Amino acid sequence: MIPAAFDYESPASIDEALQVIAGAGDREVKVLAGGQSLIPVLRLRMNAPDLVVDLGRIAELRGVRDDGDAIAIGAMTTHDDVTREPLIRQHALLLSLAAQTVADPQVRHRGTFGGSLAHADPAADMPAPALALGAEFVIAGPSGRRTVGASDFFTDLFTTAIGEGELLVEVRVPKHTGWGAHYEKFNHVAHTWSIVGVAAAVRVEGGTIAEAKVGLTNMGLVPIRATAVEQALVGQPATADAIRAAAQNADQGTNPMSDASADEHYRRHLAKVLTGRAVLAAVG
Amino acid sequence: MTAVDETTGAKEFGQSRRRKEDARLITGRTKWTDNIVLPGMAHLAMVRSPVASGTIASIDVADAKASPGVLGVWTGADLDAEQGDLPCAWAITPDMKHPRRPAVAAGRVKFAGEIVAVIAARSAAEARDAADKVLVDYDDLPVVLDMNEAIKEGTPLVHEELGTNVNAVWVFNSGEAGTGGNVDEAIEAARADADSIVLERTFRQQRLVPAFMEPRSTVVDPTGEQLTVWSATQVPHIARFLLAVVLGISESKVRFIAPDVGGGFGGKIHLSPEEVATVLIARKLGKPVKYTETRSESIQSAHHGRDQIQRITMAAKKDGTVTGLKVDLLADMGAYLGLVTPGVPVLGAFMFNAIYKIPAYEFKCTNVFTNKVLTDAYRGAGRPEATYAIERMMDTLANELGVDPLALREKNWIKHEEFPFTTVCGLTYDSGNYEAATSRAVELFDYEGLRREQAERRARKDPIQLGIGISTFTEMCGLAPSRVLGSLNYGAGGWEYSAIRMLPTGKVEVLTGASAHGQGHETAFSQIVADQLGVPFEDVEILHGDTQITHKGLDTYGSRSLVVGGIAIVKAAEKVIEKAKPIAAHLLEANVADIEFDSGKFSVAGTDKGVTIQEVALATFAAHNYPEGIEPSIDADATFDPENFSYPHGTHLCATEIDTETGKVTIRKYVCVDDIGTVVNPLIAEGQVHGGLAQGIAQALWEEARHDESGTLTTATFVDYTLPTAADMPFFTTDMTETASTSNPLGVKGVGEAGTIASTPAVINAVVDALRPWGVDDIQMPTTAQRVWKAIQGKEFDASVGAKDTRDGSHEAAPGNGAPLWSGNESGGAQ
Amino acid sequence: MGTRRISVTVDGVAYSDDVEPRTLLVHYLRERLGKTGTVVGCDTSNCGACTVHLDGRSVKSCSVLAVQVDGSDVTTIEGLAQNGELHPVQQAFHENHGLQCGYCTPGMIMQAVDLLKDNPDPSDAEIREGLEGNLCRCTGYQNIVKSVKAAAGAGSVSAGVAGGAA
Repeated sequence: MIPAAFDYESPASIDEALQVIAGAGDREVKVLAGGQSLIPVLRLRMNAPDLVVDLGRIAELRGVRDDGDAIAIGAMTTHDDVTREPLIRQHALLLSLAAQTVADPQVRHRGTFGGSLAHADPAADMPAPALALGAEFVIAGPSGRRTVGASDFFTDLFTTAIGEGELLVEVRVPKHTGWGAHYEKFNHVAHTWSIVGVAAAVRVEGGTIAEAKVGLTNMGLVPIRATAVEQALVGQPATADAIRAAAQNADQGTNPMSDASADEHYRRHLAKVLTGRAVLAAVG
Repeated sequence: MTAVDETTGAKEFGQSRRRKEDARLITGRTKWTDNIVLPGMAHLAMVRSPVASGTIASIDVADAKASPGVLGVWTGADLDAEQGDLPCAWAITPDMKHPRRPAVAAGRVKFAGEIVAVIAARSAAEARDAADKVLVDYDDLPVVLDMNEAIKEGTPLVHEELGTNVNAVWVFNSGEAGTGGNVDEAIEAARADADSIVLERTFRQQRLVPAFMEPRSTVVDPTGEQLTVWSATQVPHIARFLLAVVLGISESKVRFIAPDVGGGFGGKIHLSPEEVATVLIARKLGKPVKYTETRSESIQSAHHGRDQIQRITMAAKKDGTVTGLKVDLLADMGAYLGLVTPGVPVLGAFMFNAIYKIPAYEFKCTNVFTNKVLTDAYRGAGRPEATYAIERMMDTLANELGVDPLALREKNWIKHEEFPFTTVCGLTYDSGNYEAATSRAVELFDYEGLRREQAERRARKDPIQLGIGISTFTEMCGLAPSRVLGSLNYGAGGWEYSAIRMLPTGKVEVLTGASAHGQGHETAFSQIVADQLGVPFEDVEILHGDTQITHKGLDTYGSRSLVVGGIAIVKAAEKVIEKAKPIAAHLLEANVADIEFDSGKFSVAGTDKGVTIQEVALATFAAHNYPEGIEPSIDADATFDPENFSYPHGTHLCATEIDTETGKVTIRKYVCVDDIGTVVNPLIAEGQVHGGLAQGIAQALWEEARHDESGTLTTATFVDYTLPTAADMPFFTTDMTETASTSNPLGVKGVGEAGTIASTPAVINAVVDALRPWGVDDIQMPTTAQRVWKAIQGKEFDASVGAKDTRDGSHEAAPGNGAPLWSGNESGGAQ
Repeated sequence: MGTRRISVTVDGVAYSDDVEPRTLLVHYLRERLGKTGTVVGCDTSNCGACTVHLDGRSVKSCSVLAVQVDGSDVTTIEGLAQNGELHPVQQAFHENHGLQCGYCTPGMIMQAVDLLKDNPDPSDAEIREGLEGNLCRCTGYQNIVKSVKAAAGAGSVSAGVAGGAA
């Protein structure tokens, strides 16, 4: 199918993009990042914006840099780049592993890290690891830039802290150098969305779990941090039994939906099993 | 016939020739219908009903008509006087209820996705823009979705004018037919006999989407009175005939062309509403028109497959001998009848007895209308359903009796020395060897080793449980003997046509009425002709899919192309040789009676004098020197009507691993040994098996078309209708055994549907086998991880249900049969 | 809602065209350039039949706007063969019967080429995962995997042995 007609702008800088959006007035604007969710939505005519603002020409939105105690990932960095980028593999391995599971190779070549986070699909694979690692979201707007913590970024179904006229420009991820990581994805067939996903990063010291971070995909309207699991893991031996026991807390504080692919009860169960597997894989 | 026959000089038969078709397909030079662009061509968009049942209160097309580039907007009311009634070719009973099926709904809509208006515009984008501007108000009517509800008294009617939601009731009873005993008596006797057992089970065949990869597309070019129609169809000849009938135009004014067609699997056997609408608009505009559906339109409006509830009663002696089988089906027609919709369950009617010697049999199907898109043929059409039911029952009986399921099958199947064998349905199976196929499959599978591992995993309650599933199938294909089709009230015959044109250069053009859409006809048929005429494979050109090239034909479906179409080619080739002999004799100055033909050469018996068929072709073209009293032509044609169906068979063995923590099913090993008679091209035949397996496995594990309570299809895109990818599919180990068919001169049997027919029960038998320690006796398809996990949860709380090893020869008391009838879901509550 | 001027090189030929912003790359290729080797199989970017290479990496041309490829280089199935010689992946699909109806084939081949560029010696499992964005309804994938393996020059895949990558 063919999208409904729209106007198109492809600004060359963040500032220009903000001006274009601000100048759109009453017209409905959609921001185009990698387009791997937006373009199918436009094709199905589930959305028909007046103006599409393409961020693809803005060089400053791409790339990864070392930023002291964090790495800074440009919002337009593709999933494929996230999987390969040595800085990310070294300091935020969880993101790299999760990005490898997003959709398929072609989509990963186009789809972007920032685009996925800003779209905030509850079944998407990148929000939970970003949340687990305590990412900070740098948002640019007409009045400058602000930084939003991970716990405040995802606010509702397909909704984030990005306000009208604003753009997500960068994601700062605290370094987790030397942490083990794993993203456990469970789906029906390989090209379908996650029924449940679990992102786990663990730091083990002398056989004991010193720190653990666990994020859950599709266990509610927004990605959820499994804090009860994290707390239960700390201080435990990095053994299968201890990890499985801690993982029994995985559905605490979650609010999973019942839909065609799974009901709430089954999702809660899956969260526990997959959390155990993710943490176990993360400790190696 | 062997692979390379020394006596006939067959050199191509049995060779894995690489396909002639590939050259254009791998380079992007394929001619799909949607690639066709004609000068001045207009594009169509369809407005489709979002409601499953309702009346059209109003349609406002004013904005659409004023939309840029729009050439016209037509509603059902605008077209109703000329659009006719889309036909069904199979009135399975004299009193069958047959609703009118308009191409474009006028007044009343009966499924979500039905066309209510058509837009023509300069571009496809403009047509879609205008379609979005058509405002339709619907008055909702009650929606009928559930078959059990639909047949109850007082349920709202899909078609008020028919007075019932029952399309037809079709019955076969072996007692009445004189082909076997009375099944009710057999069941009663078993109930009264302490040494017998009666099993009743209900199985659900979910709705499936054929999901050919090329969306359907039609281009119509009206030039004067002539209409040229290109369409992504399996049946250009049937479609031409039907189009002429529906629109009341002369068949000779219509040229129907199936260019390269991207898959069908039964899904492109029809004259579709979209084809009729495109023809109507092209006639009105007097210019070329194209319509190409989107994938979501295709899933919503192209016909679906399967969708049956099967209630099966089986009587058996406790020694394992099956004594009776009774089949009672509900089959969902959807809202309308397509080309063979009501006949799909009937195609399964003769196959529930399968490879077994069952003395008494009854089949009854009740066809039901619902407010869903129609069902019709989908790969296997009726036979996968039958095979599923009987193979599930054989495993269930084995479990009840505590015997090995392979041993139980062997006890009941037809022995190879018993062929030809006339079944309880009155069909005569010409050849087969179930022992040989099974023996080879067991060997490739390591059946004993896997049974051992299964026992070990059970013993230690391993979180990964192993299940072994068996399917020893046969099927009837090669549709079909015309007289048989006539006796079943089918609207046409089952012959096929071919013609051979000998060109002066010695090249050969072969016309066939079969219409390929991925099967590799150009290659396999070339091999056959090369052997028959003794010409090089490369010199044979196969022409098909154009009613102006091959004026008659019955197209491709039901695994018929080789066993009917291929034989027609053989018959035409025989005629070419017979026509060439007198000319060869004349050239060789010999008697016709002394002329022998071998490997492309006519020779005089007992001499070294000879002339090649190419030389005869050239001499015939020149026509300077040929016998008096005959025509200077060695071209010939033939129409072949088979005397029997083709009965391929095979043994499929599947090992599944169940992750009992999540319920996820993984196929660990899949072995199939098929007997498809002699094989023209093993590479192509194996490919057909692979693809068939994938579709059958996908029914078992992944695919289902689902509707919400309002009748909206909730699986209307590839996001929700979940086709498997390469990453989901296992490797298959395939092999063949060979018993030549005795009902055709090549010894071939059909292969197109075998894999799909056989594989679904093999997988589900394996899943159930893995879950037996929890007392699970059945599970609904597709066996999603959630369904499997829930099936186990339900049983976990019942401590009295223990593991049962089917190899265990000890007779446990058969548990009482508490299967609820017609529920369609008695698999431990798994949804 | 006007048009935008784009310049793009497709299969080695430079084009400059005015396009509507809503025009998908696949429609630009098919309808403006006549590159009908690239086909549309779905409307949700699941099937991968429209896969082409954009600046050297595989993308689904149904999920890219033509205006986004301004200044880029696109290779389609029609640009794969060089000087009349089939690309090794095309040849391998032919030799190993990696196609039946052929509708998924252009996308499947383009993705396989990308996969092998990234991983010249993939395992069966890596091939299967690398093709998870491309649907085929005819082959059951077995001969596709075999074709890719053959093209990788890593010997023929052991099709007769079960229990491989699932």
